[in-house]
Amino acid sequence: MGDNLEAREAVGDYKAGWHDPENSTIRFDFGLSEEVVREISNLKSEPSWMTEMRVKAFNHFIERPMPKWGNTHLLEEIDFDKICYYLRSSESTERDWEDVPDDIRNTFERLGIPEAEQKWLSGVTAQYESEAVYHSIREDLEEQGVIFLDMDSGLRDFPEIVKKWFCSVVPLTDNKFAALNTAVWSGGSFIYVPKGVHVEMPVQAYFRINAKNMGQFERTLIIADEGSSIHYVEGCTAPSYSTDSLHSAVVELVALPGSHIRYSTIQNWSSNVYNLVTKRGIAHENAKIEWVDGNIGSKLTMKYPAVILKGEGSHAEVISVAYSGDGQHQDAGAKIHHLASNTTSKILSKSISKSGGRGSYRGMVTVSPKADNCKLNVVCDALILDEDSRSDTYPTMEVSNPTARCEHEASVSKVSDDQLFYLMSRGHSEEESLAMIVNGFFEPFTRELPMEYAVELNQLMALEMEGSIG
Amino acid sequence: MATLPLLKISSLRAGIDDNSILKGIDLEIRPGEIHAIMGRNGSGKTTTANVIMGHPDFEVEDGEVLLEGKSLLELEAWERARQGVFLSFQYPQSVPGLQVGNFLRKSVSSIRGEDEAKGAGFRDSLKQAMESLDIPRSFLSRYVNDGFSGGEKKRFEILQLMLLKPKLAVLDETDSGLDIDGIRTVAEGVNAAIRGTNSGALIITHYSRILEHVMPDKIHVLMDGKIVASGGPELATKLEEHGYEWLKED
Repeated sequence: MGDNLEAREAVGDYKAGWHDPENSTIRFDFGLSEEVVREISNLKSEPSWMTEMRVKAFNHFIERPMPKWGNTHLLEEIDFDKICYYLRSSESTERDWEDVPDDIRNTFERLGIPEAEQKWLSGVTAQYESEAVYHSIREDLEEQGVIFLDMDSGLRDFPEIVKKWFCSVVPLTDNKFAALNTAVWSGGSFIYVPKGVHVEMPVQAYFRINAKNMGQFERTLIIADEGSSIHYVEGCTAPSYSTDSLHSAVVELVALPGSHIRYSTIQNWSSNVYNLVTKRGIAHENAKIEWVDGNIGSKLTMKYPAVILKGEGSHAEVISVAYSGDGQHQDAGAKIHHLASNTTSKILSKSISKSGGRGSYRGMVTVSPKADNCKLNVVCDALILDEDSRSDTYPTMEVSNPTARCEHEASVSKVSDDQLFYLMSRGHSEEESLAMIVNGFFEPFTRELPMEYAVELNQLMALEMEGSIG
Repeated sequence: MATLPLLKISSLRAGIDDNSILKGIDLEIRPGEIHAIMGRNGSGKTTTANVIMGHPDFEVEDGEVLLEGKSLLELEAWERARQGVFLSFQYPQSVPGLQVGNFLRKSVSSIRGEDEAKGAGFRDSLKQAMESLDIPRSFLSRYVNDGFSGGEKKRFEILQLMLLKPKLAVLDETDSGLDIDGIRTVAEGVNAAIRGTNSGALIITHYSRILEHVMPDKIHVLMDGKIVASGGPELATKLEEHGYEWLKED
């Protein structure tokens, strides 16, 4: 497990790179076809509208060309015939960790999930390969009518709500990978927060890929009814393999009038995982959607959390950090569309590249002609740690209403010898000093996280700085 | 056995990018002593400070720097700091996002040990030092040197000096850019940290004003990479009145 030589060579200090023996109960052969899509739907005994939607999405996926932007070179290398599209390792989703198969439970224990659940979470869903293996929510929230389920159970138990909102924020034709997800989705979270209910402590989803050449396609839908609030936190890791895996999720958020959804992610996939994710929310009148998005791992991430400000007075924030190390490209950013008047948005993007890593900020903010008095603020900062690394910024602003107030700032900086020397003169080794600078750079992001996650992120970054000084 | 000198610099030659700057420096500071180096711009003052602390850009061509008899030259800057060397920077660097309070605790922990950075003992000495330097508590949640005024930066350097309790404190132009009250506060901080201890200090300065408050035991004049004169406090007065030209003619 932990001393797997291949794993260590692949990642150095990546701490979550172990894997369990594969004890799958159902495993599909590699490759994708309409039969595979229908078989997934059949296996889950889905209503026919969902099956048809999957097939439609599959056809769109096949027809849709690969994006001609982002890292086209790495995208073209994805071999869709060498991916397993469905793998089940546990017969059911348990409500008690004791009932989860030993290997899988051990893995989540090593990742600290049950411990975090006891200490500071309102509910947890743990997904392993294609299915949720554990799921629980605090009873008091259940009594208040909060629905927190894995997506498959959501579809089974609340088909009408799912039918109403599924693909309403991210249409199946949105992009090639959203189509792929819609065709083969499995797992993910389904959340409904009733009117006026505030879920005080965060709920968490954790996604773990274990098998080689695995494709994980979770689908998440969160609906916050009027005046409610919720903080959803997700984390993810995978073993380090020399072959690639694919993670392609779709997340849809619906923030009804006056509600507040905060969605925090710490993405720490191993560096053989493609992470191609579509995340989007619609904010109705006076609603607020915040994406707090940390990208530390993966081989290639292309992800641009989006908010459509549909209702007057709604607000969007996207706060993101990206770390790109050896062999990594984080192509991340944000998209915000101001469709209504008096809407406000804020984008803060921080990226660090090191050891040949590549960080790209790609952002788009639009203001429609009918939206008066909008305010938007975009700040993107990049920190480059050595000569081999690269940072690019692709900001786009399309403002079609003259009353909008727009602010945009961008900076690229390097760690200077003088800065390191100053910290070293206070007794901190070169690596510690670098970690201080890096964690300081990320601080505007980490202070938005629950404390436990902030600490974990700082430790992760300190680990990334180890052995980085030549 | 006679006590070892706190700092002994002998025949030190050093430079940067193949430019020799220090051309044979000899200096000895004994425990409890405060020395000053004066000199004009470009005479090698800041180079001396950087070489003692171990700035990687500077190359030592020849000579020796000993702290309590042990050579510093092979050690990295952070190792020297842990041996008890402290440098108050002329231009302290900012680290956005790193909170002053956290940074102080981490630095005290690195240099003086974890126990010194914990509990009521640390909090009390921090509070006391901040009060003596007229630093408000809100300072602790600001980011290291980020957006600090010139005076705040210098006070923060002295706050670190007081908490890190080094054996040898090198102060590089700590008085520059300060008004009279600022100079007095900083000088009181230096006195509190060094006088009556076995530590020592090397004050590098353009002006004699800070020396009126610190009263160094010895003053050295640096010119073109060499110490051209050494003496008591009267040397500072003479420099103030006559400038450096008279030394050149010697």
